[in-house]
Amino acid sequence: MQFTFWGVRGSIAVPGPSTVRYGGNTTCIEVRGDNNELVILDAGTGIFQLAQTLFAEFPIDINIFISHTHWDHIQGLPMFTPMFVPGNNINLYGARDIVENRSVKDVLSRQMEYSYFPLRENELKSNMHYFDIQDQQDVQIGSIKVSNFLLNHPVLNFGYRLECGGKTVVFTGDHEWPLNIYAEGDPEYSDYQAFLDLRRQQTLDFFRGADALIIDTAYADSEYPSRQGWGHGSFDASIRAARDAGVKKAFLTHHEPTRSDDQLEQVFEQALKRNGVCSSDPAFFLAQEGVQIEV
Amino acid sequence: MTSAKDQLLELVEHIPAFPQAVMRILDITSRGDCDSKELVRIIERDPVLAIKILKLVNSPYIGLPQPIASVSHSVIFVGINTIKNLALSVAAIGMLPKTNAADFDMDQLLKHSLGVATVAARLAELLGVAEKDRSDYFLAGLLHDFGKVVLAQYKAVEFKQALEKSLADGSPLHQAETAILGYDHAYIGALLAEKWLLPARLVDCIGFHHAVDTETRDDQLRDCVALANIILQRLDFGFSGNRYRAEIPSTIEARFAMSGDDIISSLGDLDDELAKVTAFSH
Repeated sequence: MQFTFWGVRGSIAVPGPSTVRYGGNTTCIEVRGDNNELVILDAGTGIFQLAQTLFAEFPIDINIFISHTHWDHIQGLPMFTPMFVPGNNINLYGARDIVENRSVKDVLSRQMEYSYFPLRENELKSNMHYFDIQDQQDVQIGSIKVSNFLLNHPVLNFGYRLECGGKTVVFTGDHEWPLNIYAEGDPEYSDYQAFLDLRRQQTLDFFRGADALIIDTAYADSEYPSRQGWGHGSFDASIRAARDAGVKKAFLTHHEPTRSDDQLEQVFEQALKRNGVCSSDPAFFLAQEGVQIEV
Repeated sequence: MTSAKDQLLELVEHIPAFPQAVMRILDITSRGDCDSKELVRIIERDPVLAIKILKLVNSPYIGLPQPIASVSHSVIFVGINTIKNLALSVAAIGMLPKTNAADFDMDQLLKHSLGVATVAARLAELLGVAEKDRSDYFLAGLLHDFGKVVLAQYKAVEFKQALEKSLADGSPLHQAETAILGYDHAYIGALLAEKWLLPARLVDCIGFHHAVDTETRDDQLRDCVALANIILQRLDFGFSGNRYRAEIPSTIEARFAMSGDDIISSLGDLDDELAKVTAFSH
């Protein structure tokens, strides 16, 4: 199995000289199975560049798993060229919107309504199939087994675990380790904390032993206190999780859009040092657009 | 009959919550810094909001492997913003009217439900249930009469007849409901809780809280709620529409290994606790 980062930026695309090394596109990861099956994790603006590499394989089967439907994870979808080409099969998986009671098809089709886009969803020429998926539902894509797990974000967000030929890649989508809503001393505090601890263990089990963990690490730890509850991870939290889950490599992603490449490297180096990361730890990397990893 | 019941079940999908909770939800969610703890507390004190949040979190669309019986635990699974927006979607339906065609006082029912919730949790404490597990008892008490909210709203004429019959002939209200409707509030509450995939222990407790004598399965949660229901009637705290004074079943006395009167006196003075739990709603 191998994967390629096509978008590593969080919240909004930020092209420009200060982001040219790590990339300015929002989240999109291409995964290839042992039989060259194609799974795409999220459809941020990075999916447009990925599309340019697929023409030689038309007609092609494409399986897109959406972690959640915030803009930065779906915004590239209307411009995903393979959707306009007859013969391509595109399967799209994601969570239903339980607040508005809308299917993933309904949620995504709205991006292509008259006000926002010149073509309507039903004018797409490829074979489009949409699947509302449930928590911990397995989907087999050829040699790749894709399982999911609900993670914590201000909308339903699935993390995905891809297993193929004995190798495992886990992608969190957007995730903040949930906090206790009660204060120490509140009667509800300890029960809630016990449940949080249990949930953390279940989450770590979902990450367990991954050859590559791709994890939301939006905030520097100095920034995090003022952004608690926004639904994103920090460097310290991601390093701790990667260690606790015993993963081999951890790719920190969802880079904060205001951070330049130089600043990103600086924050990363400081975090490795602060956490005493050594050779027995997982290998940590900053996710970088265009980089292909073989697991 | 079946289609009338189906119609009722359909209507209940759009049942509004109690006005006090709706107003507080709208208030705290309009502020930039919506307090998670306060949001959960408001939901946990309104039978309609609580049951609807649990319905949505236990929905097959999410498909969690274990049913969830706690509003605060729901936050850990789906996140506080989803809970906030679910609560707002319930608040957007409107509010339960203060008056209804059944002439049934909803304020008094809310007070009764909160009272039963509080006393059921205290009874659990008497039985040595750990603090972390007592929230189940509170929730079961809160939800036990959800069926009455439904009947007052959507079967008002028949429910009014049942209230009048019970008052006139001194029969228990649930029996009067069955005589007129063919089913009672416990049945309709449990039917909905089951349809909405709430945990089985909550469904059973709602369905059998008037059937301690006949439903022989050992069920401590149901017994505590049934007893709390009887105690609240004796305390004259809130009003559930039922003037019939039930005896404390001997099986419940056996569970506590003391007489009904002794159980009640071991609870001590409940006034402060009851005043506290109902403070915001009155």
